[in-house]
Amino acid sequence: MTREILNARRLLCPLPVIRTQDKVKQMQTGDQLEVICTDPGVMQDIPTWCRINGHTVLELLSGDHEYTVILEVGGA
Amino acid sequence: MNKQRKAVALISGGLDSMLAARTIQEQGIHVEGINFFTGFCVEGHTHAIREKDKAKPKRNNSLWVAEQLGIKLHIVDVIEEYKNVLLNPKHGYGQHMNPCLDCKIFMVNKAKQWIAENDFDFIITGEVMGQRPMSQRKATMPIVAKESGADDLLLRPLCAKNLPATLPEREGWVDREKLHSITGRSRKPQITMAKEFGIDEYSQPAGGCCFLTDKYYSAKLVDLWKARDSREYELDDVMLLKVGRHIRPQAHYKMIIAREEGEGRFLHGYKKDYVSMTCVSHQGPLVLIDGTIAAEDLYLAASITARYGQGRDAEQVEVNIVYQDGAERTLHVKPMLEQDMPKAWFI
Repeated sequence: MTREILNARRLLCPLPVIRTQDKVKQMQTGDQLEVICTDPGVMQDIPTWCRINGHTVLELLSGDHEYTVILEVGGA
Repeated sequence: MNKQRKAVALISGGLDSMLAARTIQEQGIHVEGINFFTGFCVEGHTHAIREKDKAKPKRNNSLWVAEQLGIKLHIVDVIEEYKNVLLNPKHGYGQHMNPCLDCKIFMVNKAKQWIAENDFDFIITGEVMGQRPMSQRKATMPIVAKESGADDLLLRPLCAKNLPATLPEREGWVDREKLHSITGRSRKPQITMAKEFGIDEYSQPAGGCCFLTDKYYSAKLVDLWKARDSREYELDDVMLLKVGRHIRPQAHYKMIIAREEGEGRFLHGYKKDYVSMTCVSHQGPLVLIDGTIAAEDLYLAASITARYGQGRDAEQVEVNIVYQDGAERTLHVKPMLEQDMPKAWFI
């Protein structure tokens, strides 16, 4: 299992979702990805994207105008 | 055993594409969604930037629709490829800078490439004959099918009975009798169908989520092209047109003035790419200067900057100017009066 960080700061939705989607394609089942964003919309859009694509949100963090989603890549 | 047929649905996030996908799902077809990000589908961006709206950010409707339908959604970044559609639309523009027909042809063509790469059988859209003045007319629907290269792999479930049978209908993958014959601009048939499907929540953005259908946004885009004497653009240009108050006091530069804290923070991210101005003797917004500002223009721009700060009624305001290389300069200016700012400056 590896854990990677994706810097999606300054990007507005759906770009953080697109970058997440593209990054996850390169990862393996069970890997974790930490996506750091400044668009608060990611707090609902990335979890929705995860649910429909079979990935799991492990943690949602917000503070200091930054929003972080930590997800685990599913096997779908 | 019959092969499980698969369709990709163009999902905009509105009701029609949702109903089209559901209609085909009901026939036992495996459906997945596709959504193209052109750079101009900036539905929730104002909410994402403005401080007062951050507590209630807008959802991405295409993702929401996909979840309601229980389908996967593939969001595809087409920003670079879309430039040619916007700059050279074979079929021209709509009321503003919206190249709707060329846009639809482009997206269906991209979907056709996608089904070939992903072993899907056909494409569905939520198009309704006569619903849109440019891209959804009886005369233009065959053009979309032909020029996209999708031909009879393109099925429009909501108005299929008004059109010649497509390959999925002829081959019996879908039952044509269970498709629909909606025409015109009335939303009643779609609302009735939504009720039948048990869909009671949906988004119906006028003109879709595309900012090219917006009069004011289009005016800013045209102004940008005119001022640069070039129609080239980058994603950052597209984004900045959504933010702040845009004022062009002289042909060779434009001022982008933050209207509130969230916009100021957003513009701050671009500070190293532009000359910027802020009031230092009083509270005031961050201002970015787009274009080439000469030394003799600085006083005018600084006085406009001062006009939008707390010192607008002061005799003198101190304005700090920061260049892209980090060099700084300070000017003491008299804030410009509202009545001295010609309406023509406001883009």
